[in-house]
Amino acid sequence: MNAILEVKGMLKRFGGLTATDHVSFDVKHGEVHAIIGPNGAGKTTLISQLAGELRPDEGDISFEGRNISAATVPQRALGGLGRSYQISQVFREFTALENVMLAVQAHAGHSFSFIKQVAQDAALLAPAMEALRQTGLEPRAHAVVSSMAHGEHRQLELAMTLACKPRLLLLDEPMAGMSQKESEEMIGLIRSLKGRYGIILVEHDMDAVFALADRISVLVYGRIIVTGTPEEIRTNQAVRDAYLGEEGPA
Amino acid sequence: MVDFRSARFWIPLVVLAGFALLPVYAGLTGQSFYVTLFSRILIYALAAVALNFVLGFGGLVSFGHALYMGLGAYAVGILSFHGVTNGWVHLGAALLIGGLFATVIGAVVVRTGGMTFIMITLAFAQMGYFLAVSLKQYGGDDGLTIDARSLMGVVDFGNNTVLYYAILATLIAALWLFNRILGARFGFVLKGTKSNERRMLALGFPTLRYKLSAYVISAMVCTLAGFFLANFTKFASPSYMQWSVSGELIVIIVLGGMGTLFGPVVGAIVLLLLEEILQGWKPGIYPPFEEIVNKHWQLFIGLFVILVVLYAKRGVYGYFAEARRE
Repeated sequence: MNAILEVKGMLKRFGGLTATDHVSFDVKHGEVHAIIGPNGAGKTTLISQLAGELRPDEGDISFEGRNISAATVPQRALGGLGRSYQISQVFREFTALENVMLAVQAHAGHSFSFIKQVAQDAALLAPAMEALRQTGLEPRAHAVVSSMAHGEHRQLELAMTLACKPRLLLLDEPMAGMSQKESEEMIGLIRSLKGRYGIILVEHDMDAVFALADRISVLVYGRIIVTGTPEEIRTNQAVRDAYLGEEGPA
Repeated sequence: MVDFRSARFWIPLVVLAGFALLPVYAGLTGQSFYVTLFSRILIYALAAVALNFVLGFGGLVSFGHALYMGLGAYAVGILSFHGVTNGWVHLGAALLIGGLFATVIGAVVVRTGGMTFIMITLAFAQMGYFLAVSLKQYGGDDGLTIDARSLMGVVDFGNNTVLYYAILATLIAALWLFNRILGARFGFVLKGTKSNERRMLALGFPTLRYKLSAYVISAMVCTLAGFFLANFTKFASPSYMQWSVSGELIVIIVLGGMGTLFGPVVGAIVLLLLEEILQGWKPGIYPPFEEIVNKHWQLFIGLFVILVVLYAKRGVYGYFAEARRE
């Protein structure tokens, strides 16, 4: 399998702090590549550079063979990079359905349409309902987002990301703040997506990471210290020292 | 999908019907003064509805929309000064100039947000104001008197009632247009950008071009209000572009209901009627107090605005329209 995403020598400094230190890795088609690391290791900074919200100081990012280092956030999103946020970034005043419709609309050409009403726009409604069904949110389609529970926001995040028809998913802590039961549902959901998308999974929940990932990269102080299969990571001494410590996965 | 029982349906209907019947009432009672008062109200309502499109729905708090009213007015004034009396030329020139200024200014301002956006729109409007003051050949500080109203063919602006109905028709058309836009994909993007711009970008929307387009549409409708203002007063003055006019438009929106389509119309009625009533308030119950009210009417308007902001966050119209909802 070829890589869908390839990162080479990515470097990002904030003043004296090196948040991303010559990071190189790749994601293959249909692969779940998890990135773990202690707090402050620079995981979100890394994701933000992949999505285009931050520009790396050095290095190259190529997506499906094209160099996208200079592409803007919307260009990357339209090109097939779907991102979900650690802290839910949803449209709180809208209904769940409207949130997903907006995601569909983003990929349905330009939006300089002034007369035709969105509420009757089957080209937006049908795919939006489909994405809600996929994530189990269909019964909540007409609920206003600000009245929804945290776990539902996480599901909605994912529904919106999926509605963009991405080929690579950047999932930034999809289980953040979820209950045990919600986490298990989310793991099932991501497992059902596996194989269809390349997925970069940044997650604190070690059970989730070891259950889902094909490969894991361990990020410490902005540097990837090791990349390997879950089994290799579990037994790697450097990882145990730097990160997993005594409270490593059982 | 209009709910005929909702206040959001019948308040606008009653108010617009009232506007339509007002000249008849004025004619029957011989109070032609009402037509001029309400012409002014309609012009401010049109400008405020236009501003609210970007301010209430797009979250772009422009503190400089008076500039576009001024540009519309000067398009009429300057063309008339040079002997061009054709109203369609006035109208076309007003929209063209307004659109041009809005595109250039908008391209700069939509890149900013929050307080910067407010201040930079104010700065541009003040530049327009001082530019108008410096145009000595067009009256400079004193403004420019317009000899006759725009000639619009069969539509005779020289007749106050005809002008009144022309403004009313334009306001209704603008309300219809904005209602459609807000329900269409473009409006969806505008509202989404106000709600969470970061997410819009991550979804793949290049938000700048949508914000810029909305700003230009809003500005051009404001220019239209300026075109009517010049015809109504037969005068174009730098004072039309003054920051206080921009502020008045914002007060109208806040009073009526920010982010509601019809709120600014209600706001314009409330604010301008209140100005008129307080200045001439003489019920003769306690004359010394009435004199204070007449003289310091602005103080009482200020108090009223504070009360509305404190107790009806969605404005006068928003208060009634929202209260009836489930």
